[in-house]
Amino acid sequence: MTSRPTSGVRSEPLPGGEEQAGSLIHARGLRKSYGDFEAVHGIDLDVQPGESFGFLGPNGAGKSSTMRMIAAVSPPSAGSLSILGLDPRTHGPQIRARLGVCPQEDTLDLELNIRDNLVVYASYFGIRKAEAGRRADELLDFVQLTDKAKAKVVDLSGGMKRRLTIARSLINDPDLLLLDEPTTGLDPQARHLLWDRLFRLKQQGKTLVVTTHYMDEAEQLCDRLVVMDGGDIVAQGSPLALIREHSTREVAELRFAVGEHAALAERVADLADRVEVLPDRLLLYTHDGEQTLARVHERGLQPVAVLVRRSTLEDVFLRLTGRTLVD
Amino acid sequence: MATSTTPVPVRQRLLPDWGMVARQRVYWTTVYQRTWKGSVITSFVVPLLYVVAMGVLLGGFVDRGGADLEGAPSYLAFVAPGLAAAHAMQIAAGETTWPVMGCLKWHRTYYAMVATPLAVPDVVTAHLAFAGCRIALTTGVFLLVMAPFGVFATVWGVLLAWPVLVLTGLAFCGLFFAYSATIRSESGFALIYRLLVIPLFLFSGAFFPISNLSPTLEAIARLTPLWHGVDLTRMLLLDTVRPGLALVHLTYLVVLAVGGWVLAVWRLDKRLEV
Amino acid sequence: MALVTASLVRAAAAPQTTGWEIVRRNFLVYRRDWLVFLTGFLEPVLYLFSIGVGVGRLVEGFDVNGHLVPYAAFVAPGMLAASAMNGAVLDATFGIFFKLRYDKVYEGVLATPMRTLDIARGELTWCLMRSAVYSLGFLLVMAAMGLVESWWAVLAWPATWLIGFAFGGAGMALTTFMKSWQDFEYIGLALVPMFLFSATFFPVTAFDGWLRWLVEATPLYRGVALVRELTTGAVTADSLVSVLYLLVMGAIGVLVASRRFDKLLLS
Repeated sequence: MTSRPTSGVRSEPLPGGEEQAGSLIHARGLRKSYGDFEAVHGIDLDVQPGESFGFLGPNGAGKSSTMRMIAAVSPPSAGSLSILGLDPRTHGPQIRARLGVCPQEDTLDLELNIRDNLVVYASYFGIRKAEAGRRADELLDFVQLTDKAKAKVVDLSGGMKRRLTIARSLINDPDLLLLDEPTTGLDPQARHLLWDRLFRLKQQGKTLVVTTHYMDEAEQLCDRLVVMDGGDIVAQGSPLALIREHSTREVAELRFAVGEHAALAERVADLADRVEVLPDRLLLYTHDGEQTLARVHERGLQPVAVLVRRSTLEDVFLRLTGRTLVD
Repeated sequence: MATSTTPVPVRQRLLPDWGMVARQRVYWTTVYQRTWKGSVITSFVVPLLYVVAMGVLLGGFVDRGGADLEGAPSYLAFVAPGLAAAHAMQIAAGETTWPVMGCLKWHRTYYAMVATPLAVPDVVTAHLAFAGCRIALTTGVFLLVMAPFGVFATVWGVLLAWPVLVLTGLAFCGLFFAYSATIRSESGFALIYRLLVIPLFLFSGAFFPISNLSPTLEAIARLTPLWHGVDLTRMLLLDTVRPGLALVHLTYLVVLAVGGWVLAVWRLDKRLEV
Repeated sequence: MALVTASLVRAAAAPQTTGWEIVRRNFLVYRRDWLVFLTGFLEPVLYLFSIGVGVGRLVEGFDVNGHLVPYAAFVAPGMLAASAMNGAVLDATFGIFFKLRYDKVYEGVLATPMRTLDIARGELTWCLMRSAVYSLGFLLVMAAMGLVESWWAVLAWPATWLIGFAFGGAGMALTTFMKSWQDFEYIGLALVPMFLFSATFFPVTAFDGWLRWLVEATPLYRGVALVRELTTGAVTADSLVSVLYLLVMGAIGVLVASRRFDKLLLS
């Protein structure tokens, strides 16, 4: 236990490949292409035990392709990849035996009821029936679906289905939990409930790998994350470090009348470190938002609406790629 | 300004508004354009394969025995009208089972439709009308292809048999529709096919005279709608019409078609209510 | 370092999956739908009564390898073989297509130690077991109706497994190439003519020349001939040809199917 590497915020990737003995996921120059299209352009990754690691990026960034490779269901096209110290090309079943996977789209078994979904899934891991039943009940309790045990999958809400999928991914007590956009499409209440459960898993010391295009999710769940765009990793670090490195402390958002934003951007350009023009507002990156706002008013500009807030990962992403995460 | 579009509240209308029914023409032609390729073989090829296998080839062996075929000159002549009627039933089942559940459960088309000025009776009527057109088309082609085999006695018989075949199909459409709008799980279709459609297909006098059945089974067969359709079609095609019996057949089929239609409206109305 | 060693130890203990897991899953699904399971047995029996008995009144009977066999006894083995074919093909095509393309059950399964070969084997085993129950029931009905003429008929039961294996394997392989429900029309195009013309309802002597050769080369004809030779007791060396034919067909089907599953699900 003492030899377990800590997941330092700024942990520099260690040189070489074989030395990364402690990594649960270790990738160098990892590529994935489908025909002529290359979805992942040679990325390097290391995920340590107990760490909560995130992939942040818009749709099409290569997150899901990377996740499928890590889940040992999609062979890498080039580069090296080891999961739990094993090569997914030769040890797929052994690796998958110790993974928990929560895919982007639910793959629940619609012909089985809720509890049977867990029990049958357990059988795919070679877990005996009595033990499977015990774990199923425990997990239903954990995801708060005990009273739905006999219900059909189609009768569950979106949030309940996600929770069932999470429960299913825990049935084999995995060493590594892969969550592909765990809360996409859920309402705020369902998301918070799910985050709470994932937080508990994190506290139990489970290693989580999460993809998301929600920065609040990444900020909530991840110790460390990589920002992906167009198949490349464009930045990595802890959420806080990324914000510190790529953005200012605060942001003033100004909303003017429709169509005026581009023209007005020039008039406030000198008031902030950086100004971003979005279709519906201006973002002024600055150390002190209130002060900046006061100076905007001094110039006689009257925005329709204003908001001063802290920088988020969204701002980091905007800075790095020039685009927003969710459009 | 629109003149006749003051929508009558949906629940108050039990009879279809024909203008509203006609508005669904675009939807159903689109459906047919999109799906006809997938139904060419079952609609047109399969029934002919049955005619060749049973009528021509097996018929060759039957005719050697010189069995009594209710006055039909050959087994082919006996079985062709039966197959036509049975096929009308099968197309009816095909159009009013899975598609109805699809419109309710998978695509939720009916929900979208009744959110417009269309009401339940309009929706049901248009769906049944579409089924009727499919039946008319496939049985029409069947009769045309069978004509050169020389088993039809008269031309007017064929012309009358065609609407009778459509009526036979429609007699089933409403009932199947009502059933499909009631059940929640698609496993209900396996049951209705195995317990109703296939037994009717096999025992309603399409393949052999029902007098070959035991007296009890024969009595049951006489009650089935398909037998009435088969017998009426056969009378017309072989020119062996017995007016009294023909009238009984016709009444039975019309009552069933109208009754099924009413039942279908009622069941869909109930289903969309909740 | 210790962690990796530990992981290797656990890895060695990864469960050996066989495909039986899929059989158990399907059993669970059908246990809740027993009426559907039960009625699956009806269809061939109904055909037997209708065509065998009803049409049988119109036909004298046929010659099978020198024996004169009443029409019902002639048709019964045909129905038995055809229903083994239909059952296997339905499970292996519609059932698998749905799970493959729609509810994505297999994607979930493959996130576990299960392999595509396990899925192919499991699904096929299940559909064989199901059809074995039906064919046993049908054989008992035949015996009760006096349509079984030899003790060889006991072997007709395993013969139906072979038919199921051949058609289930081939059906599964073809399903992996299908893009939409419309493609199932082609399956019907293959099944219905076989059902009608493979010496099921009348002897192959109804055909001459190349047509007869073609019929005799179809897999259902091999199945029908094999089962009929067994239930009527007219066993010949031809029976072995049929056995070999069906075995090879099924094996190729399973192999192609599991390759294609790999391609579709693990890319």
